[in-house]
Amino acid sequence: MSNITNQSLSEILESIKSKKISSLELTQAYIKNIENAKKLNAFVTTTFDQALENAKKFDNKPNNEQLLSGVPLAVKDLFCTENVKTTAGSNILNNFVPSYESSVTKNLWNNGAFLLGKLNCDEFAMGSSNETSFYGNVINPIGDHLVPGGSSGGSSSALAADLTPATIGTDTGGSIRQPASFTGTVGLKPTYGLCSRWGIVAFASSLDQAGPMTKTVNDCSIMLEAMSGFDEKDSTSINKKKESYSKNLQDNIKGLKIGIPKEYRVDNMPKEIDELWEKGKKILKDLGAQLIDISLPHTKYALPTYYIVAPAEASSNLARYDGVRYGHRSQKGKDLIEMYENTRSEGFGDEVKRRILIGTYVLSSGYYDAYYLKAQKVRQLIKKDFDDSFTKVDAILTPSTPSSAFKIGEKTNDPVSMYLNDIFTVPVNLAGLPALSLPAGLDKQGYPLGLQLIGKALDEQKILNIGYAFEKNCGYKNEIKKWWS
Amino acid sequence: MSKEKFDYFINGEKGKYEVVIGLEVHAQVLSNSKLFSGSSTKFGADPNKQVSLIDSAFPGMLPVINEECVKQAVRTGLGLNAKINNYSVFDRKNYFYADLPQGYQISQYKNPIVGEGKVLLDMPYGSKEIGIERLHLEQDAGKSIHDMDPSSTYVDLNRSGIALMEIVSKPHLRSPDEVNAYIKKLRTIMRYLGTCDGNMQEGSLRADVNVSVRKIGDKNFGTRCEIKNVNSIKFMQMAIEYEANRQVELLEDGKEIDQETRLFDTKKNETRSMRSKEDAHDYRYFPDPDLLPLKLEQKFIDDLKKSLPELPDNKKERFIQEYGLNSYEANVLVSEKEISDYYEEVAKLSDKKLAATWMMGDLFAMLNDKGLNISNSPISAKNFAELVQSIKSGEISGRIAKEVFEIMVESGDNPKKIIESKGMKQQSDPKELEKMINEILSKNKDKVDQYKAGKEKLFGFFVGQVMKLSGGKANPQLTNEILKKLLKG
Repeated sequence: MSNITNQSLSEILESIKSKKISSLELTQAYIKNIENAKKLNAFVTTTFDQALENAKKFDNKPNNEQLLSGVPLAVKDLFCTENVKTTAGSNILNNFVPSYESSVTKNLWNNGAFLLGKLNCDEFAMGSSNETSFYGNVINPIGDHLVPGGSSGGSSSALAADLTPATIGTDTGGSIRQPASFTGTVGLKPTYGLCSRWGIVAFASSLDQAGPMTKTVNDCSIMLEAMSGFDEKDSTSINKKKESYSKNLQDNIKGLKIGIPKEYRVDNMPKEIDELWEKGKKILKDLGAQLIDISLPHTKYALPTYYIVAPAEASSNLARYDGVRYGHRSQKGKDLIEMYENTRSEGFGDEVKRRILIGTYVLSSGYYDAYYLKAQKVRQLIKKDFDDSFTKVDAILTPSTPSSAFKIGEKTNDPVSMYLNDIFTVPVNLAGLPALSLPAGLDKQGYPLGLQLIGKALDEQKILNIGYAFEKNCGYKNEIKKWWS
Repeated sequence: MSKEKFDYFINGEKGKYEVVIGLEVHAQVLSNSKLFSGSSTKFGADPNKQVSLIDSAFPGMLPVINEECVKQAVRTGLGLNAKINNYSVFDRKNYFYADLPQGYQISQYKNPIVGEGKVLLDMPYGSKEIGIERLHLEQDAGKSIHDMDPSSTYVDLNRSGIALMEIVSKPHLRSPDEVNAYIKKLRTIMRYLGTCDGNMQEGSLRADVNVSVRKIGDKNFGTRCEIKNVNSIKFMQMAIEYEANRQVELLEDGKEIDQETRLFDTKKNETRSMRSKEDAHDYRYFPDPDLLPLKLEQKFIDDLKKSLPELPDNKKERFIQEYGLNSYEANVLVSEKEISDYYEEVAKLSDKKLAATWMMGDLFAMLNDKGLNISNSPISAKNFAELVQSIKSGEISGRIAKEVFEIMVESGDNPKKIIESKGMKQQSDPKELEKMINEILSKNKDKVDQYKAGKEKLFGFFVGQVMKLSGGKANPQLTNEILKKLLKG
């Protein structure tokens, strides 16, 4: 009972179903953890009263037929939540309370879960360390000097610190997988279009995708099943039959072909990453999978391509934060133009401003063809690399990140080295594919490292199955001392 | 009809100039809801009462294309004899303004839904074809209200997100009259199709006017100026007139024309510079990642094509063939679908040619007088046809018909009933007429003698007497015939 919160989501669901614990007790346990973990700064907003109310409601009339019966969940503060402040980690939305619920969170609540609070993130999901948030940086429970990754850093930190049984993030260039890797947790970026983007504060529309962050692969399949689904309010949503990922989860991967791309290496990559990759290959091979060397020749262009496409879309997506209708409005300025300038100067942080500038530049007349258009062409080539490979293999195995969690402040003055952290994750977003980051080992400092399984579009079940088999045979377990409480 | 010659030129000291005009017409799509949201498009609601979270660009809101608006654009394209593109793309046109909530307008830039087409104008100097460059779908912006408060601007987003069709002409127009004919023709076509109500007062039809001038014979176009957002044909004509003359004056003075965007000041009747080319916005167009490219199946287009109503050009041809009308009559009668419907109903029941004459004469004059239109005419098509038939059959004379018409307007009554109850029926019985004429001739023997002696002018006198005796009801044609016969004898 005392350690219910360090169990997996599926174990917790079992305990609730079998009435070993009430939803109220569970919720109270998490609230206690959250209150003791203020140092981590994982939460922007807590909704304890509302959560306790919902827990009581569940206990009075339990419905155990749902995927997430009676479970409190904290979610990234990029998801709009009805009547609960939604900031996207930005000052410009500091006072913004939506009157609507994002489709993805609504799906969670329709499956029996309820909101516990809103999790810190990089401002407008722009960042790889959760240091760009207006609400301060988040600390990795692995160590008090470490970043939790980003942009879903509040989510990864809260999950690893047992402040929520599972969570959801968004992944535009690695924002689920990199923080999962940094905290020894599981993170899935689904196929573009599998989860609705309606009601998620947009960063880069053609790349953004919501996904689950969990302690286990099984939990990941449950969460994905609950949150995904066609949404007619999102024109890019894929209209297909809902899958039962958790029911169909199985660990027989005999005969599956796993591609090993030779391009997933960077200069000065720690030896441990290579060793980890070797370990991953061996585990899969021992399970009967066949390893096949493949080439994704345009991989090296993925990062520059991403840093053109994503800022371009962001510069346009963020134009609506103008102080006219909602959010922060500067009291300074004598006319409309000055009101815009002051509002946006005060409302946005440096990283957001940097990306708006980059995006505005690459879309400008005279530069569009050289940057944006060319980037779109390269994006097609990157996608084609994957398409070609997937005629030969079932999934692709790579490291998730080129390093383990770095120190707070280590990269804040060097944006390019910060951007380089996404080098293994961005190709997947550009190609719209699903990818799963799995905890796989520790580096010599004892910090977690992750491996990434990339699947064909809509082949989530297969990478979950491979991940499930891997997890059983990897023997990784997060051993986090609760130094903060 | 003799054809006039085109003669809209501007005479300068250094030569004769031709005016080159191209129009970008913004036509509001007739649809119940907006282009990318479910909000109502009804005109005249209280400010900000027809605004969804999408129209006001709340975080995380996404556009979803309204299929009806797509259909309307395709129908319009078909009505303009244009190429419908099976593949088109929505782009973002980025700029900041208080009544543009997203910070960008969703429009179509490189790949519009409709490509090249053409419109036929009937000008006094013959028919003229005006090329259409393209038609694309885009969102309207909201409205900034600057005069409600001395220190603040208010914003009304009711219009924000309403679907517009931007119809871009080729620079084929050469005079304010052609612009008038072009706008009216577009309006007629769209009203036939039911794709735009063409109501300029409510802003459903507005245009940006591109004007340049060049010396006659010059192959190259002059530098153009764009006059933004003119919302009546009269103002367009005035703006063109002013702008063309301004440009000619500059050229005559040896100055250059700056390519710029200008505004038309309706009070001062002049155009004013709004922004120069250097200050032009960089709209940073790029494909909207929230929307997939619009792919239309050929069957979708073909089905819409099959369901199109008969369009004015075809109807005009048919009216000429089927009803024996001349080109001018046919043109007038197809100018509004409701007018052509009314005419056809009347023509079915009466003499086709006479019906056209009476419609374009007395009926239109009366409607005009009373500020009515054909749809709320006090005279139904059926009654009007009966009136025409009564004239044609000789039951009443043209003069009496005008009286009957007046009574019909007042009472809405059936003409037969009016003619009967008021005893207005024409006397067409030859025996009765002969009796009457004989009576008159015997009373005026002296005049008969004078007539026979050669004073033929007296014929009119006899007719007048017959009319007087019959109370105006004698059939004039029969009276003439019988009178001639009896005077000979």
